[in-house]
Amino acid sequence: MKFAIQINEGPYQHQASDSAYFFTKAALEKGHEVFRVFFYHDGVNNASRLTTPPQDDRNVVNRWAELAEQHDLDMVVCVAAAQRRGVADEGEMQRNGKDATNIHPRFRISGLGQLVEAAIQADRLVVFGD
Amino acid sequence: MSTLHTVNKSPFEKPSLDVCLAHATAGAGVLLIEDGVYAATKGTAVEDRVKQALDSVKLFVLGPDLLARGFTEDRVIDGINVVDYAGFVDLAAEHDKVQAWL
Amino acid sequence: MSETIKNFLYLNRKAPYGTIYAWESLEVVLIGAAFDQDVSLAFVDDGVYQLTKGQDTAGIGMKNFSPTYAALGDYEVKKIFVEQESLDERGLTLDDLQHLVWEDEDEDYAEKDSIKLVSRAEMAAIMDDADVVFSF
Repeated sequence: MKFAIQINEGPYQHQASDSAYFFTKAALEKGHEVFRVFFYHDGVNNASRLTTPPQDDRNVVNRWAELAEQHDLDMVVCVAAAQRRGVADEGEMQRNGKDATNIHPRFRISGLGQLVEAAIQADRLVVFGD
Repeated sequence: MSTLHTVNKSPFEKPSLDVCLAHATAGAGVLLIEDGVYAATKGTAVEDRVKQALDSVKLFVLGPDLLARGFTEDRVIDGINVVDYAGFVDLAAEHDKVQAWL
Repeated sequence: MSETIKNFLYLNRKAPYGTIYAWESLEVVLIGAAFDQDVSLAFVDDGVYQLTKGQDTAGIGMKNFSPTYAALGDYEVKKIFVEQESLDERGLTLDDLQHLVWEDEDEDYAEKDSIKLVSRAEMAAIMDDADVVFSF
């Protein structure tokens, strides 16, 4: 079965991203396909490579990146939500005249159409939020 | 269509579970996750309402979220099934869609 | 875009301005309109506050996005379901909400109401019918 995952909250403040991670991991381990993980609202903050949790805590960003690496996951950050919250890749940095990027290379920034497409293509959309 | 509803709020903080149950049609599944798991525990002020709901919907609670909050399975209301994340995935696959009550 | 046509339901249960969910979910509806799916919007619980008329955000320094709801008809979003019980609980009637319309091409662009008041039981059936539920 083909799943699409939507995450509405950032790391640490809410459990949403953790719950989504364990759901996604379990789905992949069961042999399901995860068509896309879409980060929306404050969820875009899950893509910041500058995230630096204490040593004894989980690294939510790296954990997603590792899962994506293992399973070739498509992790998409909404561009409009990312712009509002200061999550930028090289293209966004240049387009908006900023002096830095902060996105983890395993994530990509794209439009909301990617969420809608995922909902159409997948058999199930599972939303995690506040 | 059969729906798996997910509720992630404590019933003492927000009415999400009540609203979900008021909209869940017969045969639906309701999975309590995150702070939603407190509704699955025995002896609460909402226990009667939760038990009543068992007449029309199937109730599930996410075990890892229960354990994280200091509750073992024996504290769960009879009739509510405890599942792990793999069970969550199975439920999502078995129902026609998943509806989150955020 | 795609051969599949699904019943999309956008579930709105949160009030505007206190959090950004209402605004950003409206952005998904506008983008999603280009995908030619069968779209419905549900306003339940505090979500009904999104549709109140006369919103004036001048004093809070935020963009008033409520006029955007009036544009939904132009995006072919014609099915806006508002739950009667949610209005009642909040002391509201249909008169407190914006009058949202869409133009029916087949009837010489006659304006038709987009908002349909439904009971909780009817809303449950609408949710049941959906293939995909977007929650924000």
